[in-house]
Amino acid sequence: MLMRARFLRTALRSSRFNTSLVLVVVVLGFAILGPLLTGHDPNAVVGGVNSSPAAHPPLGTDNFGRDELTLLMYGTRNSLEIGAIAGLVAVLIGVLVGTVAGFYAGVVEEALMGVTNVLITIPAIVVLILLSIALGSRSAVTMGLIIGVTSWPWTARAVAAQTSSLRTREHIDIARLSGSSGFGIIVRDVIPYILSYLGMAFTLQLATAVLTEAALSLLGLGPTNTISLGILLQWSLLWEAVRQGVWWTFIPPTFFLSVVSFGLLLLNSSLDEIYNPRLQGGAGNCA
Amino acid sequence: MSPTFRRYILTKLGWYLIALAAAVSLNFFLPRLVPGNPVDLIVSRFLQGGGGGASASKTYQAFITQFDLDKPLSGQFFAYLVNILHGDLGQSFSLFPARVTTLISQAVPWTLALQLPAILLGWILGNVLGALAAYKRGAFDRNLFVTALAVSSIPYYALAIVLLYVFAVAVPIFPSAGGYSFGTIPNLSWGFMVDALTHYLLPFLSLLVIAIGGQAVGMRSMAIYELGSDYVNYATSLGVSDRRVLGYVFRNAMLPQITGLALALGTLVGGALITEIVFSYPGIGTLLFNAINANDYPLIQGVTLIIIVAVLLANFLVDLAYGVIDPRIRAARSGER
Repeated sequence: MLMRARFLRTALRSSRFNTSLVLVVVVLGFAILGPLLTGHDPNAVVGGVNSSPAAHPPLGTDNFGRDELTLLMYGTRNSLEIGAIAGLVAVLIGVLVGTVAGFYAGVVEEALMGVTNVLITIPAIVVLILLSIALGSRSAVTMGLIIGVTSWPWTARAVAAQTSSLRTREHIDIARLSGSSGFGIIVRDVIPYILSYLGMAFTLQLATAVLTEAALSLLGLGPTNTISLGILLQWSLLWEAVRQGVWWTFIPPTFFLSVVSFGLLLLNSSLDEIYNPRLQGGAGNCA
Repeated sequence: MSPTFRRYILTKLGWYLIALAAAVSLNFFLPRLVPGNPVDLIVSRFLQGGGGGASASKTYQAFITQFDLDKPLSGQFFAYLVNILHGDLGQSFSLFPARVTTLISQAVPWTLALQLPAILLGWILGNVLGALAAYKRGAFDRNLFVTALAVSSIPYYALAIVLLYVFAVAVPIFPSAGGYSFGTIPNLSWGFMVDALTHYLLPFLSLLVIAIGGQAVGMRSMAIYELGSDYVNYATSLGVSDRRVLGYVFRNAMLPQITGLALALGTLVGGALITEIVFSYPGIGTLLFNAINANDYPLIQGVTLIIIVAVLLANFLVDLAYGVIDPRIRAARSGER
């Protein structure tokens, strides 16, 4: 409890943490509340083709006369949904592989880490391109799953390193002496110690996955029949919106992608700073 | 070459060969998870454009033999491996008689010309800025860090889109598409060079800015760790000049940054795919994009294979360089196994 109070006090004093929290909450609010409040069907035609922002469609319309603001709300929501599924899958697989590898030394560790290291060296975007082609049509959930399945090795490696440093701690010895099974020890005595790290890993995976979805969409391999931030960008490239200067169709999704990524990375780095006081500003020893 | 060093290299080599084998297998098998064969798809598109009858069935047979589709999957895989070893990546579906290797070797120089200078210059500038921020701290550090973090978290294609809009559409200083003006033929004349350079600048800048940001963030945190370490405290307490201490700090913080350079070099071929798509720049990215849109499996698999090989090769070279530079790593690795 004391530790949590201290954590909160440090956190709230850190302007970096506050900024990132505001950014993340605003984007989440827009993505979750937006589609509930607008009452528009995102695919409904509300005005002329490519009409510029005005009082009525506040962000203008796209190449088919659809309302950009509504598209943006649904796009942000679906991108975050894909990111959250991918982040969850990646962290779950990462924790499973990492804790087992880190806890059981020897052959198990060698084998699991061998597989992990081999997978880390194969570029994820290539596997994603090949998987997407194989799948043909892809829902938002499928996108989240395939991105998660290709991005867990980094988390697994970090979790394994943390677990193997925990392995020799006294409380683990006591649990082992009192007859707990390996699985029980991992769940009760290892995972609680790395929870803060897992939270950070999830924010990082979420941010990366949102950007990966956009990259795949721009390559022409995005979710089918789904509006996402990447799909919005792909449309504006396909319809030459950039070269026609129809800025309201591509600047908002570009801005939202950047804000999602920046907000989550800032959150991640400020949490890192809170847990590692050495990174805190003003404590330079040299000079 | 000491025995431990040789063992280190051989172990590494072994792991990279396993990774290569896994990647090549994925490259072959994943697209073939699709039910039906790619030739049916191609031929049906052929037939839509007229023709049909005897000539269509002849084309079909030619395609089937061409792509070994009459053999079982294992036989196809074996033929694929043999072809790769001979440097043969097959023929493109969409640009039919053209060989995949020819198409790729035409595209790769454009990509390298964009990426190599951006990565190297970005690495140097990013490291200097990051070290400076760690040393100065205060307002300079705060501003630079937040800016660098913001820039490095902006996806590279987002910056490309914004630059394209601002400097080629809103204020049309630069051309908005291609690697050179439409209708000109690449040659070594002065006029063509200037033309190519104006097409080059925007995509290059979009990559450079992102590269600087990423490297600066990494260097800053490394340098801060080093600045708080015992040897720095000891040296400062002995009255060693700041300049000299900084020299040591920079050298020690550089070592992990080599990994940063290596990872960046690994993305040499596959790291700017979308930049090229945004600027319609003639490189690997545009080639891959067109191949994906045309369901051109041999071309897609050729491009992904090149990306894989580039990444694995870069990582292996870095591991070698690490082994040479840092004796600690060598010792730790050989002790581990």
